[in-house]
Amino acid sequence: MTTFSELKKSFLTALWFMFLTFPIMVIRVNTIDKIVIWRWRNMGYVGVASFFLSLAWRYFLRRKEAGSKRALSRTANSQTLLERISSERRYKIPAMTAAAIGIIMFPFIMNSYQTNIMITALMYVVLGLGLNIVVGLAGLLDLGYVAFYAVGAYTYGLLNHHFGIGFWAVLPLGGALGALFGVLLGFPVLRLRGDYLAIVTLGFGEIIRLILENWNEFSYGPSGIAHIARPSLFGLKLSFFGEIRYLYFLMIGMVLFTIFVVNRLQNSRIGRAWIALREDEIACQAMGIDKTRTKLTAFALGATWAGMVGVIFAAKTTFINPDSFTFLESAMILSIVVLGGMGSILGVVIAALILILLPEYLRAFSDYRMLLFGAIMVIMMVFRPQGIIANVRRSYNFKKVED
Amino acid sequence: MTDPILDVRNLTMDFGGLRALDHLNIDIQQGEIVALIGPNGAGKTTFFNCITGIYTPTSGDILITAPPRSGAVAKAERINGLKPNQVTEKGMARTFQNIRLFPNMTVLENVMIGRHCRTHSGIVGAVFRNRAMVKEEQTVVDISYRILEKIGLARFVNDLAKNLPYGAQRRLEIARALATEPFLLLLDEPAAGMNPHETLELDELITRIRDQEKVSILLIEHDMKLVMSLSDRIFVMDYGKKIAQGAPEEIRNNPVVIKAYLGEEFDAES
Repeated sequence: MTTFSELKKSFLTALWFMFLTFPIMVIRVNTIDKIVIWRWRNMGYVGVASFFLSLAWRYFLRRKEAGSKRALSRTANSQTLLERISSERRYKIPAMTAAAIGIIMFPFIMNSYQTNIMITALMYVVLGLGLNIVVGLAGLLDLGYVAFYAVGAYTYGLLNHHFGIGFWAVLPLGGALGALFGVLLGFPVLRLRGDYLAIVTLGFGEIIRLILENWNEFSYGPSGIAHIARPSLFGLKLSFFGEIRYLYFLMIGMVLFTIFVVNRLQNSRIGRAWIALREDEIACQAMGIDKTRTKLTAFALGATWAGMVGVIFAAKTTFINPDSFTFLESAMILSIVVLGGMGSILGVVIAALILILLPEYLRAFSDYRMLLFGAIMVIMMVFRPQGIIANVRRSYNFKKVED
Repeated sequence: MTDPILDVRNLTMDFGGLRALDHLNIDIQQGEIVALIGPNGAGKTTFFNCITGIYTPTSGDILITAPPRSGAVAKAERINGLKPNQVTEKGMARTFQNIRLFPNMTVLENVMIGRHCRTHSGIVGAVFRNRAMVKEEQTVVDISYRILEKIGLARFVNDLAKNLPYGAQRRLEIARALATEPFLLLLDEPAAGMNPHETLELDELITRIRDQEKVSILLIEHDMKLVMSLSDRIFVMDYGKKIAQGAPEEIRNNPVVIKAYLGEEFDAES
């Protein structure tokens, strides 16, 4: 497959990279002895590495193009392994059973550190699924999603601090307040779409964070709220490990509940209206769908999950301050949705686990963590822009009329 | 003669200083196929956008009289300033000049979207999937499939809309509009880009829709052969004004219409 011209291209790429990296990779000035060290060996490494990388890059691009052609002519095998497992029954049931056993055993096998990381990852799963409603299904690019997360967290933090209201009472309240703020954000941005919508939502996210940071009388400013009560279990006194396990199973329940609801929503009349809104706003309205209502329900339902996870977050960390709700968090949640595949539930779950767990387990390479993170994103967008698992439209059962 | 189902009186639409529609009067009777023709830029699509609620007209009245569904007395309603989705709910559905399907949804789902305004299940129904909602959902699927069979798209049911051949995409737009149960179907250049064979099929399809579904039709079209064979009456527009109306033969020989399309005779000589 590799022709001479390919080799030539890669050779030129290698030369170019050797030239570009020459000043930083080869020359080193020793300012104490006032001599220049020439590290020619590094240049060789750069040359060889970029030669093979460019070969591999082009090889994979070719394969991807061949793949998309095959998908158009609709032959089998164009699905990835994960897609096949999730769609075929005979793989699905054993895979689900194995996953269920793994999930139940996890906190008993792993130590409290691992379980804690997993709880965080599960929180991002729910956040991802919530944002998936807004971005993946309704196609409204929301860069201020973390604002609703903050609303939930501060709802619990403040109510617990001032009135001592328990976790379980605030959980639905956090969701409701999240939804309310979703509608509040939704109203002014009804007419906007695309880039403009993204900018306004970004601003909204920052407004909420700045209010929390500066309104000392209300939110205690940057010093935050401490000693928030953990979730209670019918008034039982739990040990330290017991509390972590309890929170873990609470999160698992939350994830399952979210998957259940989002799945049903996306296969319903409302879910179809969201997707139609994403596909073509004008046609969607002309076909009798109330744009205002559909957009507001998407914002409200998306924000509900963020509000509820916010309450859980406050209960888990027992301390909240505005630093936990920066734009970076919104970007992270958005990455989860995009990486997982817009509108695909399983994709979002997997992407959340990868994006949250990977950095934790790559602590050994912590210097290169963000570099790796960026590289993964770039590679994904080039080779698989539809995400880890592309959303597959379901087919319906219908009666054929014979006449 | 009964009330016209669509009665447009003195419709005027200004875009800043530009008068796109100028005191336009158009009426459509129950069961008619009416064509709206005119040179490019005459304001035909603007007219469509005005009566379907995408634009709010500057002045004038748009009155509709929906045929009574069950013995009730038909009453004229003014629909100026309603939102597009409300107009569709009232029973006027449209297609678009440049195809506007939902590309990443299946053919069946595209039609199911058309059923949206005739169904009611909400968030609670979707989550708890109660019996009423399941039944409604199945009815939507069945009705949508039946419409696809009628339009002749049944073999594409589970394909994505973007993968359909061009002619089928045009037909799918009609199917989707029909799913909203309109009494008046507004087709914006349905034959644009079709080959002669496809145009012939379209001619047959439109007549069949009128006869079987009891839907009146208003179409914008540039294909004169299709317009002449299909329509009962023709309205001709130029520079936002109605310049002629009447049966196909009258229009064919109308000097004003010929002038609008071809220019005056001495123009060609000079």
